[in-house]
Amino acid sequence: MYDAGKVITGIVIFLVLITFPFWFNVASGNATYKPDPKIITPNEQCMADGEYMKRNHMDMLDEWRDLVVREGQRTFVAPDGKTYEMSLSNTCMKCHSNKADFCDQCHNYMAVYPYCWDCHIEPQETTYGYK
Amino acid sequence: MGINRRGFIKIAGLSTLAGLTGKATLGVLAEEEAQQVVQTGEMLKAKRWAMVVDLHKCQQKKGCTACIDACHSVHNVPNFDNPKDEIKWIWKQDFEGAFPSQDHEFLKADIRQSTPVVFCNHCDNPPCVRVCPTQSTWKREDGIVMMDMHRCIGCRYCVVACPYGSRSFNWRDPRPFIKEIDPDFPTRSRGVVEKCNFCADRLARGKIPACVEACEEKALIFGDLEDPESEVRELLRNNITIRRKPSLGTNPEIYYIV
Repeated sequence: MYDAGKVITGIVIFLVLITFPFWFNVASGNATYKPDPKIITPNEQCMADGEYMKRNHMDMLDEWRDLVVREGQRTFVAPDGKTYEMSLSNTCMKCHSNKADFCDQCHNYMAVYPYCWDCHIEPQETTYGYK
Repeated sequence: MGINRRGFIKIAGLSTLAGLTGKATLGVLAEEEAQQVVQTGEMLKAKRWAMVVDLHKCQQKKGCTACIDACHSVHNVPNFDNPKDEIKWIWKQDFEGAFPSQDHEFLKADIRQSTPVVFCNHCDNPPCVRVCPTQSTWKREDGIVMMDMHRCIGCRYCVVACPYGSRSFNWRDPRPFIKEIDPDFPTRSRGVVEKCNFCADRLARGKIPACVEACEEKALIFGDLEDPESEVRELLRNNITIRRKPSLGTNPEIYYIV
């Protein structure tokens, strides 16, 4: 092979450059970062199991939206028999009033940007004195 | 070795059976996860909601905007200074503009010079519903012509179809133009159409529409058109009432006592 030294050096430099983002993320600790949604009302009980909510909250909200807007039904019966008003702003966000530390944690991590808050009013984060 | 006819039929039958029961089992499991929803008792219900506006009472106080203020504050309606961007759910219109076919030169002066409150007519035959390509606007069973902002794509066909100018388009982000945001009701985003919803949100909580509640002169009367004993029917029986542009065949459900 002609110019073996240069070619191999070039290949090595190329590999280092192209894998740079991976090295960089490992070195800076971003690769091990995990979202950490915080519950600020630990004494309140959610209407459904936490694991279920993690997986299904988006489907539940979609269903609630259709039931409220299209069917005009507003009361939800939870598995434990309690009733709740189906409302993002007025039910969910009354407990999870820390949008930045709750919703945004996973949403930012997963790079999903739901546009709920273009219209729905997000809670005033200053009122609960968290942070 | 090949499979014989008998063997084939046995296997086919068994797999069909397994498929059917499997599906049924899945169905039962899914059923268990299905959400339960109930209707609450406090909800106001009717077969056909309608409104009567008593023009004489409405005009008693000159320059009164109680109904408009109440509606626009509970529904987070923005206030743009530029009339091109204007969003309105309920507003005052000169008589000629509101009732072009009823206006003539020698009409009773107090009627001709009045500025009736106008809003969505919640038509029985709503042209806006017919043109909506996403079905984001539809007529509910109780007659309310509703909007689902989640589905609106902002094509503005409905704005063009509505002969009453009842629909407004959000050309700009409305949030900065809302004086005081009511947290109980969402705002809208740029690019959707909005209009009066006959306070469907308040009816669901057992309250009458905000404009009706705010009118001290009791010029706005809200009720069930299908109920012969209701106040609106009583008023329609005993007064001469007109509707906006009835010749268009939209069958508006807002009646004006003149």
